[in-house]
Amino acid sequence: MSHATGEKYLKNGVLPHMWCSGCGVGVMLGALVRAFEELDYRNSDIVVVTGIGCTGKADDYLTTNALHATHGRALPHATGIKAFNPRLQVVVLMGDGDSVTIGGNHFIHAARRNIDVTAIVVNNFNYGMTGGQVSGTTPGDSLTSTTAWGNPERDIDICALAEVAGANYVARETTFHGWELKEHIKEAMIKRGFSLVEVFSPCPTHFGRNNAMAEPREMLDWLKEKGLPRERYEQLNAEEKRGHFVIGKLVDRDAPDFNTRYEEIRARATKG
Amino acid sequence: MQGNQAMTEGAIYAGARFYAGYPITPSSEVAEICSRVMPKIGGIYLQMEDEIASIAAVVGASLAGAKAFTATSGPGFSLMQENLGLAVMGEVPCVVINVQRSGPSTGLATKPAQSDIMQLRWGRHGDQMVIALCPATVRECFELAVRAFNLAEKFRIPVILAPDEIVGHMRENFAVPEPGELEVIDRRGPSGPVDRYRPFAADGDGIAPLAAYGGDYVFHVTSSMHGPDGYSNNDPANAAWRVEQLHRKIERHLDEIVMTRRYDTDDMDVLLVTVGATTRSGRAAALEARRRGIKAGVLQLLTVWPFPDREVAALAERVRSVIVPEMNYSGQIAGEVQRVLGGGTDIRKVNSYNGQIITPQDILKAIVADSPCGPI
Amino acid sequence: MKANQGRYEIILAGSGGQGLVLSGMMLAEAAILEGKNTVQTQSYGIASRGGLSLAEVIIDDREIIFQQVQEPDVVLALTEESLERYQALAGQGVPVFYDTTLARARSGANLFGHPFTRIASELGNSASVNILALGALAAACPIVKTESLEMVIRGRFRKEAAELNMKALRMGIGLVRGA
Repeated sequence: MSHATGEKYLKNGVLPHMWCSGCGVGVMLGALVRAFEELDYRNSDIVVVTGIGCTGKADDYLTTNALHATHGRALPHATGIKAFNPRLQVVVLMGDGDSVTIGGNHFIHAARRNIDVTAIVVNNFNYGMTGGQVSGTTPGDSLTSTTAWGNPERDIDICALAEVAGANYVARETTFHGWELKEHIKEAMIKRGFSLVEVFSPCPTHFGRNNAMAEPREMLDWLKEKGLPRERYEQLNAEEKRGHFVIGKLVDRDAPDFNTRYEEIRARATKG
Repeated sequence: MQGNQAMTEGAIYAGARFYAGYPITPSSEVAEICSRVMPKIGGIYLQMEDEIASIAAVVGASLAGAKAFTATSGPGFSLMQENLGLAVMGEVPCVVINVQRSGPSTGLATKPAQSDIMQLRWGRHGDQMVIALCPATVRECFELAVRAFNLAEKFRIPVILAPDEIVGHMRENFAVPEPGELEVIDRRGPSGPVDRYRPFAADGDGIAPLAAYGGDYVFHVTSSMHGPDGYSNNDPANAAWRVEQLHRKIERHLDEIVMTRRYDTDDMDVLLVTVGATTRSGRAAALEARRRGIKAGVLQLLTVWPFPDREVAALAERVRSVIVPEMNYSGQIAGEVQRVLGGGTDIRKVNSYNGQIITPQDILKAIVADSPCGPI
Repeated sequence: MKANQGRYEIILAGSGGQGLVLSGMMLAEAAILEGKNTVQTQSYGIASRGGLSLAEVIIDDREIIFQQVQEPDVVLALTEESLERYQALAGQGVPVFYDTTLARARSGANLFGHPFTRIASELGNSASVNILALGALAAACPIVKTESLEMVIRGRFRKEAAELNMKALRMGIGLVRGA
């Protein structure tokens, strides 16, 4: 089998991209277009919906259908698209700000509604585009441009939130694990219902620089060392677990998705 | 039939097959009817988590090819503004029903107002334009709902249908027209080679054809400034062209967009300029004034935005004075009338901002006070 | 009350949950069956149950321009609060029908008290008070034919509910006509 490049989904003449060196968004985009190719999707079958922020710029490089929406609101836009035309493959690209900070409510309800879209969240632990401010996923005590003395708040676990809200598929990878990331994106796209792939990603320009990992390599090393498959993570004691995180597939279930349920409602309505 | 129901039936008559909303008084009947009807007619009803999500889902569905709408009132309409701006920028056809209730903030949640007139026009940040329509009768609720979709689809723009609570909740005898009786306009899709489609390349009419996600034509829509191809574009000349185009597609078609009704305006000394339910009070007041020998007429603004400048100016030219009754404190419509007529014209305001209806007597007092014979 | 007039203005007042808006709609529907123009408006508070609730109906042979009642021809008041608000109209010659179950009984010209709620409960469903009172109103004033109201009930309700409401309507008519 020839190696997938994803080239036919990428716009000619716009590369190199706008992201900083060491940023992980490009790795996610590469995994995404390779996943499209390996799944043999046509450009016209796909709608990529993006929010606002570094990740939200990804649609600029794509030749699929796309909607670059407003900050935090990518998911409800995607919900309207998928609900009206279930044949479309709808992918939503967001950052940690879009998905669980400004857009947290939509995230919960998209998962609860089990709308058949694939949400890919590039989590770089801060607001990169606006200069490295604190976000809902910035770990406690971390330094950002708006937590000069350390973050007094706790971070939210995006995957755990998706799980309790009802997502059918949840996986976490890092941009160090590009191949695995692509495989999880494929699984998520095939899975019916709400799917989440969280991608831990370096932001050396802001988060890294503020937290003693200014070199792109340092943040990648951090992701490589701290991300563990669930079996290995579970072997750690409580003390050791702190600072580590689980990667791989976390949730895989088959609750009926919104459109399937809606078809049942339609049948009931037309009969009654 | 109730006003809210007539707007819903009008939307369905026009081909609406997607509704997403969040319940709010005094618009909830629209959602309730859609939840019952949409599954039966191949449409979708979605109750979203808030009004931000509601208008977002409407925008998404519209780009997937649906005639789509939502309904709300003051607080919800405020929440919708950002994504309405996206609909303007992305030229996404959609209809928003805003049943105007008394504010500010939660205000008098069950009472009527006409205090969102300026928000309809200027609620969003950035330089942009929308169309807004205000019905005064149940029949107009239906007809303007059809019209709202026609304008939205033809001009690729959000259209806001904004009855006051009185009209939304009022019931009148009205029978839904037969299919074909009223004109229904569908959006124009692209033709020509698939790889040449540019979703924002306006043609001679000032409007670009719009494809639907999932068809042969692949396209980009973005809230960012963009070129004719729909991709981000930061060039100043392009930005100027886009902003101009968003305005000019409306300015060029005012004859088609601006609708007014005149009552007894052929021979008059006093002109009442009205919207929504206040039209009914104004008409009753004008009839009573005529019985008392004062020639009064009414210009009803069915289209409130773009403001009917020419229509107001043409009628005001012939009268001694202009009276603007409206259910707000600041005289939002009166201010526009003043702008159109200039400083020289005497404009009398009759305002109500306590949730109570303006009665014909309230308006009659203003007409009579203005009469050269003095109070009669 | 003027006889055989072309226009009627009716006020139905009480509290939320008494079904007054539905009464107003049924009255208007009956008038529509008779080829009239109708407008029904409502005024209510934020509570689904309780609080002053008001339905206004105008029935006219001609176009109805202003939508609110200005010179009521008849008033129905189902609570003490609503009766206090409208009882002065009786002195001006407007018949005011009220519910003696929920409002204190008064004496005076044009004040007609009946225990609507109690009778409705005895009939087996206090929720039919709105239809019972509507029957009394229609029997007292020639706004619409009682047959038209019966047609509306048959069109709106299914078997048992239609039966019960028809009974309530006739009971209300009987209160006035003494059947």
